[in-house]
Amino acid sequence: MEFFRINRDIPFMKHALIFNVISFVTFAAAVFFLVTRGLHFSIEFKGGSQMEIAYTQSADIGKVRGVIESMGFGEVQVQNFGSSRDVMIRLPALADIKQDEIVNRVFTQLCKTEAGTVSREEKISAKGEAISRQVCMNATGSEPVRLSRSEYIGPSVGDELATDGATALLVTVIGIIIYLAFRFEWKFALAGIIANLHDVIIILGFFAFFQWEFSLSVLAAVLAVLGYSVNESVVIFDRIREAFRKYRKLTTHEVIDHAITSTMSRTIITHGCTQMMVLSMLIFGGQTLHYFAVALTIGILFGIYSSVFVAAAIAMWLGVKREDLIKTTVKDIDPNDPNAGAVV
Amino acid sequence: MNRYPLWKYVTLVVALLIGLVYTLPNFFGKAPAVQVSSAKSVVKVDGALAPRIEEALSKAGLKPDFVKLDGTTVLARFADTDAQIKAKDAIHKALNTDPSDPSYVVALNLLSRTPAWLVFLHANPMNLGLDLRGGVHFLLEVDMKSALTKKAESLTGDVRTLLRDKSIRHAGVSRDGNSVEVRFREQGVLNQAVTLLSEQLTDVRWTPQAEGAEFKLVGVLKPEAAIRVQESAVKQNITSLHNRVNELGVSEPVIQQQGLNRVVVELPGVQDTARAKDIIGRTATLEVRMVDESAEAAAALQGNGPVPFGTERFVERGGRPLIVKRQVVLTGENLTDAQAGFGEQQEPAVHLTLDPKGSRIMKDVSRENIGKRMAILLFEKGKGEVVTAPAIRSELGGGRIQITGAMTTQEANDTSLLLRAGSLAAPMEFIEESTIGPSLGAENISKGINSVIYGFAAIALFMCIYYRLFGVFSSLALGFNLLLLVAILSMIGATLTLPGVAAIALALGMAIDANVLINERIREELRNGAAAQTAISAGYERAFATILDSNITTLIAGLALLAFGSGPIRGFAIVHCLGILTSMFSAVVFSRGLVNLWYGRQKKLKSVAIGQVWKPAVVPNGTSTEVQMDNASNVINGGKV
Repeated sequence: MEFFRINRDIPFMKHALIFNVISFVTFAAAVFFLVTRGLHFSIEFKGGSQMEIAYTQSADIGKVRGVIESMGFGEVQVQNFGSSRDVMIRLPALADIKQDEIVNRVFTQLCKTEAGTVSREEKISAKGEAISRQVCMNATGSEPVRLSRSEYIGPSVGDELATDGATALLVTVIGIIIYLAFRFEWKFALAGIIANLHDVIIILGFFAFFQWEFSLSVLAAVLAVLGYSVNESVVIFDRIREAFRKYRKLTTHEVIDHAITSTMSRTIITHGCTQMMVLSMLIFGGQTLHYFAVALTIGILFGIYSSVFVAAAIAMWLGVKREDLIKTTVKDIDPNDPNAGAVV
Repeated sequence: MNRYPLWKYVTLVVALLIGLVYTLPNFFGKAPAVQVSSAKSVVKVDGALAPRIEEALSKAGLKPDFVKLDGTTVLARFADTDAQIKAKDAIHKALNTDPSDPSYVVALNLLSRTPAWLVFLHANPMNLGLDLRGGVHFLLEVDMKSALTKKAESLTGDVRTLLRDKSIRHAGVSRDGNSVEVRFREQGVLNQAVTLLSEQLTDVRWTPQAEGAEFKLVGVLKPEAAIRVQESAVKQNITSLHNRVNELGVSEPVIQQQGLNRVVVELPGVQDTARAKDIIGRTATLEVRMVDESAEAAAALQGNGPVPFGTERFVERGGRPLIVKRQVVLTGENLTDAQAGFGEQQEPAVHLTLDPKGSRIMKDVSRENIGKRMAILLFEKGKGEVVTAPAIRSELGGGRIQITGAMTTQEANDTSLLLRAGSLAAPMEFIEESTIGPSLGAENISKGINSVIYGFAAIALFMCIYYRLFGVFSSLALGFNLLLLVAILSMIGATLTLPGVAAIALALGMAIDANVLINERIREELRNGAAAQTAISAGYERAFATILDSNITTLIAGLALLAFGSGPIRGFAIVHCLGILTSMFSAVVFSRGLVNLWYGRQKKLKSVAIGQVWKPAVVPNGTSTEVQMDNASNVINGGKV
């Protein structure tokens, strides 16, 4: 089986201008949404409380929201999480109320709405672990609501995380530029990094446009994708160099076309395989891995596009030449040296 | 040409075996266990405790699988939870003679069922993070009142020093609650003191008060300074907690400030609250004070008189009592480090390092007290104990102090650990502890593992269909990669979190790239008419440079994440980086090994099973390897098999 049977090189670079215009438009749109809508940061960055509550029956989101809003904690988010019985509640960080009390108060209130009272349960699990937790018991002795998880994060931590994230991004970008410049040439380094930063901005643009939650794991996905899609540019640049050596008569234009065409099969298959894995995470990974997988998916798709069409095109506009890549080995013989030539 | 020397095959087999052995422990479940750890820093858990526990268990008629000392805890594993709970009660009764002041913490725990021979090889299962197994979560409250009291205490010292340096005669400096009171006999002297003190101690607001015949000056911390003291107390406690937890090797701990005076501690991989409390609860405050060696004190020691005014009675670690002055010379705040080492005569010693303020004070105090003893006190849960009370032999300048004397290397180690542990600005109290739902964790595990399994299966299936036998080799190499990755993570004792599982999945998804590159290259070589053996060899060699390049760029991103990431990101980054390294080995060396084993011996190899290699039809103006200038519309013949 072979998917790609390409007789001749596809003249990609003929349409480079179109590709660049498309890129520029998507890029501009992404920046526009980032600026106007901004990212919907998770509580890891903003600080605040988050609780996951499991009901025995389908949860009435409207009712839950009503109960919490009446408590006056400001902007509250209530949504289903995974199944219709699980509810995720997010509360902003409030200066005047102690964070852990918020969770307790909300839980107690929700428990009261279900006609139960909160008590403390100490038990030993079937496996032999000691478990002590807060339970909400109603009159019949069953648990109408359960607090499966709660989390609260102070705002100061968030600032630190944001700075660290930005630093990691910067260091990655600089590291990759240096590596590419060392391995190839500055024009390629610049082209490669522009193409891939364009991916990063587009991923962020998607998150801004749909107001998907931007968490720490999404940040990790963005950086992983940055390193990964630079690969793509590396493979193509590698081929460009090889083609420059092999086909001395071809123009830069044709060399780039040839490089892209001959790596196309590999590009699609590799990304397809990685995407299969990411898809599996998207399907089976549950809510926690959802946006991680979404960020990877966007990154992988745009990674193909940008490495093939953007990176090579930018390298071309920057005026990559055969001489840039193939160092003509200067004969180290000095013509004025009287002893020259007498080499044994 | 496609033959590996024997040693390469041996290396591969050894790597495979190591991978299997160290991955294996992850498949044994957990068994109920009881864990005994020290409840006080002065109570040490050592080899002598295990026999005592064994004895207590046999008295209760319980048979543990084993009782062993593991670091600073003794563990006993049981077959079922019934025995576990009975054992907990039996051990608790036997060890803690005074239940109101327990010396040992006895807690339930889970232990791996890994067989002894694997444990002997140090093959242990991976720890699972808070999100995968549930975990301990603590909320600690920093005792702000005592932080302020302490500040006031050290201020009284500063005031004394300042007034003495400027020869301003006062009639007594004392602390009253959180304020400092200075008495004077004359108004003029008071005015002098006000000018000096407000100049030198800018954090304090001084107000003169007339009191009978005496003049009193009361200093109270300015509100903004008080807030600063509280903030720095919390910050310092967090730093100390970090050090404590790090020293005990818990990976990915979460230690964060919450609100004004609270600290959250989350310890994944630590299931029981006892161990966690052992780690955190031992944090204590440290104070250096002078030992009172006056006649009254000696009398008090003998029990012939009351404890002199301004002193307190403490018990030394050996059990001997000691009368110590109330005035604090230094606190843990001024101690920057404590390390065990050796003195000039190669005798065990503890080396202390003080901050500039601490060294200045110590220099003055030691100069005036040569020959006298100073006591280093550790306060835990409000009770103080003397860690060590060395005599001052000479003036201690330069901020470095060496404590030597009758102690063993072990004692020196313990003392330095206790001293380091003591550098907390204010005591902390547990106000909430909770475990994160284990059912939620179990759900996360199955979700994570499912995504890895199904993703892996999809990739393997595709590779086998598309590249036939080479696809099988690639899939085997990918499996080997997974095995190695899990083995290494188990070996280094990493804590697996959901982001870590995601990183494993992603690492596999990215690792297949190397095999795709190789297989495509081999096909290309075959397409260009190379012989089968040559094509394999050239394919691997040519693809390698590209594989190296692409992995390095991925690694750069991974390392940046590792360096700047925190919490869950670090777990992701570690797995991501390791995955890149193992994939280089498995995709290139291991898959080549398989190919060589299969094809290498066949001298007259006609064809290789790498799927159909399509050769372009010869076009009129030349061969396909030369690029054509014309712009034919139908350049792609897609999809026919």
